[in-house]
Amino acid sequence: MTKPKKRINEILYFALKNKRLRVGLIVVLFFLILAFVGPLLTHYQWDAYVGPAYHPPSYEYWFGTTTFGQDVFTQFILGLKASFLVGIIGGGIGTLIGVLVGFTAGYHGGMIDEFLNMLTNIVIVIPTLAILLIISVYLKVRGVLIESIFIGFTAWPWAARAIRAQTFSLRSRDFVDLARISGIKPLKIMFTEIAPNMMSYLLMTFILQFGGAILIAATLDFIGLGPTNAISLGLMMNLAVLWGALPLGMWWWFVPPGAAIAAIVGALYLTNVGLDEVFNPKLRKL
Amino acid sequence: MKQYFTRKLFIYLLTFFIAVTIDWLIPRFMPGNPVQVLLARASLHAEAAKEMYSYYTKAFGLDLPLWKQYLNFWIAIFHGDLGTSILLFPQPVIKIIIRAVPYDIFLLLPSILLSWFAGNKFGAFAARTKWLDNTVLPIGYILTATPYMWLAILLGWVLAMVFPIFPLAYASSPAMKLSFSWIFIGDYLWHWILPFSSLFLVMFGGWAIGMRNMIIYELEADYSHYLEALGAPRKLVRRYAFRNAILPQVTGLALQLGIIMAGALVTEVVFSYPGIGYLILGAIQNQDFFLIQGCFLFIIIEVLIANFLIDVLYIIIDPRIRIGMGGKSA
Amino acid sequence: MSLKVKNLKVYYQTLRGDVKALDGATFTIEDGEIMGLAGESGCGKSTLSNSLILLKPPMRFVEGRVELDNEELPIWDMEKMNHFRFKKISTIPQYAMNAMNPIRKIGKMVSEILKSKKVDYKSTLPELKRRLDLVELSHDVLNMYPIELSGGMKQRMVMVLSTLMNPSLLMADEITSALDVSTQKAVAKMLVEFRNRELVKKLMVITHDISILYQIADSIMIMYAGKLAEKAPTSVIINSPRHPYTKLLISSLPDIGVKYSQRKLTGIPGKPPLLLDPPTGCRFRERCPVAFQKCLNEEPPFMEIKKGHFIACWKEFEKNA
Repeated sequence: MTKPKKRINEILYFALKNKRLRVGLIVVLFFLILAFVGPLLTHYQWDAYVGPAYHPPSYEYWFGTTTFGQDVFTQFILGLKASFLVGIIGGGIGTLIGVLVGFTAGYHGGMIDEFLNMLTNIVIVIPTLAILLIISVYLKVRGVLIESIFIGFTAWPWAARAIRAQTFSLRSRDFVDLARISGIKPLKIMFTEIAPNMMSYLLMTFILQFGGAILIAATLDFIGLGPTNAISLGLMMNLAVLWGALPLGMWWWFVPPGAAIAAIVGALYLTNVGLDEVFNPKLRKL
Repeated sequence: MKQYFTRKLFIYLLTFFIAVTIDWLIPRFMPGNPVQVLLARASLHAEAAKEMYSYYTKAFGLDLPLWKQYLNFWIAIFHGDLGTSILLFPQPVIKIIIRAVPYDIFLLLPSILLSWFAGNKFGAFAARTKWLDNTVLPIGYILTATPYMWLAILLGWVLAMVFPIFPLAYASSPAMKLSFSWIFIGDYLWHWILPFSSLFLVMFGGWAIGMRNMIIYELEADYSHYLEALGAPRKLVRRYAFRNAILPQVTGLALQLGIIMAGALVTEVVFSYPGIGYLILGAIQNQDFFLIQGCFLFIIIEVLIANFLIDVLYIIIDPRIRIGMGGKSA
Repeated sequence: MSLKVKNLKVYYQTLRGDVKALDGATFTIEDGEIMGLAGESGCGKSTLSNSLILLKPPMRFVEGRVELDNEELPIWDMEKMNHFRFKKISTIPQYAMNAMNPIRKIGKMVSEILKSKKVDYKSTLPELKRRLDLVELSHDVLNMYPIELSGGMKQRMVMVLSTLMNPSLLMADEITSALDVSTQKAVAKMLVEFRNRELVKKLMVITHDISILYQIADSIMIMYAGKLAEKAPTSVIINSPRHPYTKLLISSLPDIGVKYSQRKLTGIPGKPPLLLDPPTGCRFRERCPVAFQKCLNEEPPFMEIKKGHFIACWKEFEKNA
């Protein structure tokens, strides 16, 4: 093993040199800052009728107004915030469950692995959306938080698969054997020996779950199963389609929310490729 | 191999069983009396309310013990009895769904298969070709990060509104009658192009990138280096790498099915395309619970069948499973 | 006929600069010779063998000349080298266990490789079967997938495939390290058998295990930190080595048969220098018990001090003078 400090320096060195990572992070940071600074730039309520209807972008209404005269920029900023919330909570829960299931299955093997693997396969096959659909229909009042939690609880299987495979290969290494022989408890081995060696992998899993959660939430919101008491980017597109933004040519209503999602999720994926190149010397190009 | 199949079949049956149970369970464990709630919401049709009341006393059978309610639900399913729609009263849910399924199939099957083949070919081609990797790859990432409905909206806006080339909505012109004439087929394809393209493009990006990343790993694999050391031409090395990289892509197809279904759903909503996705939107807006339950079951069945087909395909292309040693990792 | 390597330099490109993994190697392997190549990991022995057959980034050809049977090998040109690979120069790689495409039947893979080299599979088949007999593999393996073979079987299959065209030079890289002792012996014997039957003319056997070399090699070459340290007939290296590094290496092996990679070279304090920016003079001098002023300033050349005995050490040159 190389000395940890030297390794961290080396990773930072390659991280700063990696163009994909830099571009990805800058885009994500831009939207993150916009989501938190944005509310200061607007003095409207997202659902208040504040101006003329069908108004294209102007000095007064940066992103124009809706069919009813609501300010699109205000909706956009709040929707952005909701998306990040879903990403962090939904992606976080998804990663956590995936890690726990994957670790346990990969570390113990045998019957426990069999069982968890079967569970994973079942959850993979049942379409997430179908479950969320059923749940959402019967829950009358839904917030962003509830939505994120449900997304997290259905999005973990592929993370579990990836982590399981990784744990399998790690647990047969010397340092894990050494810990096992010296009688350290499995849970402790997982967190002290295996987890640090998988940190890079965990980070990348989280990033993918983060992006996935945002996309799922947008889909859910778009068919009217999202939050009932708040605005989101998916809901904006839903309203735009519902209230004739397409035939009326109100592009300012439906272009920004989708573009923001595509940019954020795309940048997250790009960050991931960059990180992969940083952590995996084989992929580094010269 | 037999063991592999038995195992897979068991998992599918179990999945179906669990899915149906969820379908049954949820209305029962939600707060409030579901019959009351449903009746209150469906007060639009007096007839519908009556019909629903009699169905609910039968299907929900809330006075019966739970196990019997559950059993009755299964019996109803096997009789193809999924209740009566409120939205399209008094049509049976099963009939409505069966009418919608062909639209789904003709939209999904071509877009999934074509995007998969094209994406894989293209991704393999782009890998390790510097200028392609640097120009087309970012486009692939943006495509795969694009929400399905947004691309559909954009395509609809640009190609049906700004430049009115294609129709914005429906699967065929309202005046057309369903028939097997060339005019109808032409009209159908004309309406089909936009939803197909938006599905195709998003998926294409994902497959291209997946293949590009896979093949880079495979080109660094030991067997590739050995081929190179034996002086095998680049073409053979790449062909072997492609054949190996395609395997995880097949698995990926199975894993992605749920998300693809969701994508098809919202695409149909954008284009008012009369598949199950569009039905679901209507069902949600009208609180048509039987229709939602029915659509849920059909999506599950579709995904299960597709998964099974992919499993069979996997056995054909991966000898390791045929030999019966790869069962563990599958 | 022979392999002649002259002042070969191959560096590894990294973002921090070139790692001088092979920094000027000059040696010869004659027809019929099995040369063992030994040294600590990271000394450049794998770089040497790889650069002769598959020199690709991040490896970079700097300078030098390689001649095989009086023909220059264009080792810096991936494409032109294809003409020589397999037919003139071949390898049994370190990763022989995973060297075969897992999803192709072995026979099919062999036929596809042969076809790509414009060799007819049908007419080669009888010879292929004879070779399988030679390494005691059933002909059925051609109808099997690699996963159906044991590790030893895969290795022997790779041996057969790599030598099918009777290459002039065969390199075997750590082929015994993953095997148990009895299989190791069998594989080593097969290498000698291949040479005796002139299926290959000369061999370069790279290994951590000097005991294997003791059994099969005609000569042994020792490398240290990207440089050649000593080359001599096997008995000379084992019984009367001259270079201080070789001496320490041999004496640190309590019994022939212990892999020195697994021991921490307790007899030699210190570590090899970093090859990113190697020091001037002799690269071994910091760990050398007999180093003196000259070793600090000037790099010792690799010179023949007796017939067939090459060495790079100022102290020994002085003694010899």
